Amino acid sequence: MKNRVGIVGVGQTHHKSKNTDCKGQELISIAVKRALESADLTMADIDAIVIGNMDHFESINYVDMWSVDGSGGYMKPIMKVTTGGTTGSAVGHAGFYHVASGLFDTVLAIGWEQNSESDTTAAISTCFDPITEREFCGGAIGPLAAQYTAYMSKYGATEEDAALVSVRDHNNAALYNPYAHLRQTITVEEVMKSPYISYPMKFLDICPRSDGACAVIFAGEDKAKKTVERPAWILGVGDCHILVHLADGIGLANLPSLERAAREAYEMAGITDPFRQFDVAELYVPASTAGVTWMEALGLCEEGGGPRLIRSGVTNMVGELPINPSGGVLATNPIGATGLLRIGEAALQVMGKAEEKQVEGARVAVATGFGGCFWSDVTVLSSSTQLD
Amino acid sequence: MAVSSEELGNTGTLKYPSRIRLPYTWHAGKAGSRFYQEIKDHCKIWGTKCPRCGWVYVPPRETCPRCFLDIDEWVEVGDAGTLLTYTITRYSVPGIQPHEPPYALGIIKLDGAGSGLVHLLGEIEPEDIRVGMRVQAVFREVREGNYLDIKYFKPLRS
Ligand SMILES: [Zn+2]
Repeated sequence: MKNRVGIVGVGQTHHKSKNTDCKGQELISIAVKRALESADLTMADIDAIVIGNMDHFESINYVDMWSVDGSGGYMKPIMKVTTGGTTGSAVGHAGFYHVASGLFDTVLAIGWEQNSESDTTAAISTCFDPITEREFCGGAIGPLAAQYTAYMSKYGATEEDAALVSVRDHNNAALYNPYAHLRQTITVEEVMKSPYISYPMKFLDICPRSDGACAVIFAGEDKAKKTVERPAWILGVGDCHILVHLADGIGLANLPSLERAAREAYEMAGITDPFRQFDVAELYVPASTAGVTWMEALGLCEEGGGPRLIRSGVTNMVGELPINPSGGVLATNPIGATGLLRIGEAALQVMGKAEEKQVEGARVAVATGFGGCFWSDVTVLSSSTQLD
Repeated sequence: MAVSSEELGNTGTLKYPSRIRLPYTWHAGKAGSRFYQEIKDHCKIWGTKCPRCGWVYVPPRETCPRCFLDIDEWVEVGDAGTLLTYTITRYSVPGIQPHEPPYALGIIKLDGAGSGLVHLLGEIEPEDIRVGMRVQAVFREVREGNYLDIKYFKPLRS
């Protein structure tokens, strides 16, 4: 990369099931103002904007144009990025690319969603091929459920293993994250007793849909150092798209796109022993089952080792590698913002600004995005410009 | 677009319920057309085979996305295969589902195919479904040239 890039500001809304107080632009504006405030910057410092949300969720066609009232993009270059569930992480990566290229010094990345304005599942189904799989895929739940059926059959994982992930993430949100949408503590028994939505997935295994926005400010090295005492440096990124047909090579039990994206990001950052080198992880876990099955793709355990990792408790807040101190996607899911929230939360951790959810002494963090036909984004962040 | 105001938000802001109706006609393409024609006319399932990696695509593709090469070779695959995984859908989303829930969906690897096929499972109770079981396509009596010309896959009793 031409320029080193650091995150200097992070802002988000208080996420809700239905944010009836404001329209989309107002929601965006709240996150943008909070991000600028956190870095003590003004809109005059921003050279370019990247914004993203899901197509069809609000049925706003030119979001880059429509959002100007809230994004502050008047007379600035704006790029819209939309890549399904990874929209937020792709928006973040695009912000990073803008600055890393040397063409822009300070870039504002915005992810947002006013999910309550539409029928999320019907809208999301339009991502599947209309003449083959669309009718059968019915949103995001079925494919993830089918993946866990395959994983349980292959590795002997159980529905209780997934429930442990659900409890971890819900309870982190309840205890530590005032911005989270769902803030109730739950138990494994409650998860197991919740009704099946799509076997083996139950109601409490699945993410909600939320209204909310997130904004993250990326800056070149000099600007970043001048702006904040401890920026969150982006050490590595990886993006991997895969095939459109769900039944073809998405990885029935595992997640090859995440494995590839992680390998690329780790190589760029110099991560060789992820479990030891990461102090904290903010992972796009859209269903508790994925919190079991995708750990091996990130190199956090051996193949099929997800259940062992989760049962051991090392990924809890008091464990060796806390995962999702914010409560993650299971507690908060304004879809176009969800991936950017992972990057923003990971940045706050290494900046030492995560407040109640701060993992003590966190210096190196990983954030992921997940979407569409099982594709993945990975970001490695650190409080230092390079790893020791 | 009919707009009517209704229902107050929690700080008194208005909501505007509306609906966008957009008709579409999707093109099945060359490979997709032949695939559906064969099912409709002969109850046979065909795929295409990549000249380099040998992967057999069902539904067929004109290009191998793995190698980015055009594919000319057509191969008939079996109407029976192995169930790779499944789910039992219990949530209802009116207008976009093939049936009223509950229904079972599987990913089936037809004999001779490289990729799986997402389809319904029938003539079996949900609790009897197992990963790895053998299943066979049941075709509709009257076929129209679409994905549901295959009614579902039923367990294959040997
Ligand atoms: Zn090929």
